[in-house]
Amino acid sequence: MINLEIPKKLRQVGDMAHAVAEGMFRPISRKYDRFEHAYPKELNMLRSILQGMSDGGSGMGAEGLSQKKKGKSKEIKNGNNMAVVLNMMEICWGDSALALTIPGQGLGNAAIAAVATAEQKKRFDGKWAAMAITEPDAGSDSAAINTTAVLDGDEWVLNGEKIFVTCGERADLVVIWATLDKSLGRAAIKSFVVEKETPGMKVTHLEKKLGIRASDTATIMLDNCRIPRDNILGSETIDTKKSFAGVMQTFDNTRPVVAAMSVGVAKAALDLTCELLSREGLTFQYKENRFEIPAIEAEIYRMEAELEAARLLMFKAAWMADNGKPNSKEASMSKAKAGRVGNEITLRCVELCSSLGYSENHLLEKWARDSKIFDIFEGTQQIQQLVVARRVLKKRSTDLK
Amino acid sequence: MSNNYLIKPMSMALEMLGRISSSEHVNRWKLREPVLKLVYEGMRHSVRVGKFVQSQYLTSKPLNYDETLKKNIPLKKDIFDLTLTREQQMVRDELLKFSKQVMRPMSRDADSGEVASEFFSQVNELGLALSGVPEAIKGAGTVRSPVSNMLMAEDLGYGDMALAIAALSPLGFVNLMTEFGSRDQQARYLPTFTGETFVPASIALMEPEARFNINKLKTLAVPTNAGFRLNGVKCMVPLGTQSELMIVFAELADHGNRGFILERHYPGITIEKELNMGLSAAGMSRVVLTDVEVPVSALLGEQEVHYSHERMIDLARIGTCGLSLGTCQAVLDFVIKYANDRIAFGEPISNRQAVAFMIADMAIELESMRMLTYRAAGRAEQGLPFHREAYLAQLMCAQRAMQIGTDGVQILGGHGYVCEYPVELWYRQLRAVGILEGTFVV
Repeated sequence: MINLEIPKKLRQVGDMAHAVAEGMFRPISRKYDRFEHAYPKELNMLRSILQGMSDGGSGMGAEGLSQKKKGKSKEIKNGNNMAVVLNMMEICWGDSALALTIPGQGLGNAAIAAVATAEQKKRFDGKWAAMAITEPDAGSDSAAINTTAVLDGDEWVLNGEKIFVTCGERADLVVIWATLDKSLGRAAIKSFVVEKETPGMKVTHLEKKLGIRASDTATIMLDNCRIPRDNILGSETIDTKKSFAGVMQTFDNTRPVVAAMSVGVAKAALDLTCELLSREGLTFQYKENRFEIPAIEAEIYRMEAELEAARLLMFKAAWMADNGKPNSKEASMSKAKAGRVGNEITLRCVELCSSLGYSENHLLEKWARDSKIFDIFEGTQQIQQLVVARRVLKKRSTDLK
Repeated sequence: MSNNYLIKPMSMALEMLGRISSSEHVNRWKLREPVLKLVYEGMRHSVRVGKFVQSQYLTSKPLNYDETLKKNIPLKKDIFDLTLTREQQMVRDELLKFSKQVMRPMSRDADSGEVASEFFSQVNELGLALSGVPEAIKGAGTVRSPVSNMLMAEDLGYGDMALAIAALSPLGFVNLMTEFGSRDQQARYLPTFTGETFVPASIALMEPEARFNINKLKTLAVPTNAGFRLNGVKCMVPLGTQSELMIVFAELADHGNRGFILERHYPGITIEKELNMGLSAAGMSRVVLTDVEVPVSALLGEQEVHYSHERMIDLARIGTCGLSLGTCQAVLDFVIKYANDRIAFGEPISNRQAVAFMIADMAIELESMRMLTYRAAGRAEQGLPFHREAYLAQLMCAQRAMQIGTDGVQILGGHGYVCEYPVELWYRQLRAVGILEGTFVV
């Protein structure tokens, strides 16, 4: 039955996250934007709160992300994927940079949850895992990575340089993407878990950024870094068809989460803008012909419609994952839409609120800086368009490059 | 007609289900094709008689919408869901078949000439209007479902938007009547739609003004001793020249905008077919009302029902959005095939990102339109406030539908501009999405 309302059970979860966002994130939002690279100590307490919420089955955290296995039940479910995107949206309404640096909630945790063995899951349980994919010469083209992994006895030896590693300095573990044999292309790319303090791995640089400043973005050097053989995620063998698809499947689950971040920030900007405009006497009735109302009011409605579309596409992708429906296309659609719409809305809100929008007295200018990243990381706008285009046109990557 | 073999069994199934429940007829199913059986089986489990609507039984008297809503609420599952009900899926399958096999082939001729009268009898066999008539007055409807109605608009819009408007116009009339009509009015007019022939009926809301304002109608109704006197000009009235029944909206002194049921024979009505950019097959007409005298009983809802102009507009906007979804899907499907087949510089043009990304964006924005429309319809169905959602859906659809239309022509290039392909026709139709008001009440 067609119903696009969020059920009460989930709404309560979202309300809790919203309260955290408002009570814990907003008050320190400006502070950690100003003091880039300072560790937000306040979040340590949050770690235990969130762990509690997660254990309570609230769908807090990246561990909850996975494709439901097919064929179990025909009953429609609103499960963990939906809870995670809802939570992320609410948390990012508070502050998306802080959301990215919540202890124990790294992207690496999602990867571990998705592909680790039971033994590995146990070994890495409770640890904060970052994800290191990008290299100076390999961005969106992640198949081109140069970092190597060579088996030497019972250890892997890693060499290379990783950049743009979110939580790279703060996390306990780093999931490193490396190739076993570059001549074999993407099939030879595997991910490896490296524990902090492992000799040979070093954080060499922290980026200063346009936005999401509360979140650390590290450069990591791997110089003959030796890790145990069973720290590889997934199989050691190079299967030319399967393995890269397996790696990419993580993204099907995490792209709606990034969409959620974008939606959350845009929602924050739009909410505040409406509040500031209400003080100027503007009311929102959704009544008159859209060409007969003040341009500023029409602009608000247009943005609301865009945001609503992004939000629903995000829920659709998560809902499909919850119900075992392949959602690669929809996950990319949701991120493409949310990424561009979120950025556009936050920028427009600054403009609509004039000097108030541009001022650091409010957070509008910060959100407009933060939001840009959601149209870039986890696959840029153009990468999402490529994924969607290949799906709808039924093209292989060799045809539609 | 070559398509009869497909339409006929299904329409017969629906017709029979809609009217007859005796075992004598049920026995005959065993002799028929599987498609019939499928439809029958699906219906048998959920709906006593009737077809297109949700599985609920009606009380012995016609219900107005508020009453049906109350009955709806306990059945609602509190879960986000994008799957159609079994009935909706079956209807979708059948209507898409009708769209592809009947509507699409006649689309071009219908646009440049007349719509074959056979089309309307086929539509009647589908039982569209019938599905909206409560079963207590011999219809097939149980509880009116704005979602099911919106889905029908989507699926028929996939065939041809103009023909879809024509086909759905009587159902829109029926829906408006079940929503706001008094019990007497329902009993008087609705049985007409349960017969063997297509009954053309329309809603007349729009007026020929550059800044047409749905909230300030210029058509006026003045109370008289015997009822009301109507004066004004209406435009873009679907099936206008054919319509036997019309609900015309006018401003009634001190009461705001109200609907008036007009029978064709009332003196003072002049109807003329319009020539528009598109939608010719919808029979869009201009209706001039000159001192048209109507009885007291013509006032929609009479004294019984609280009429909400805003609600009427919103329900119709969901209908227009539904139509736009179907037509945009038609554009998208067409350009996907074209871009994959068309060779330039030695390879399909879809191998180029400049083309492929346009198509990706068409798909993304169409899905955006769909999500907003489904949400508005879902809320309307559940009795939740849906004014904001309908407004936003219309906003999104108005803009994006045209974008998809113009991008469709662009991808075909010169071929998109000529009438050999349907894309220019869809382009003209999609221009109307941001204009249409009150066309199809879901």
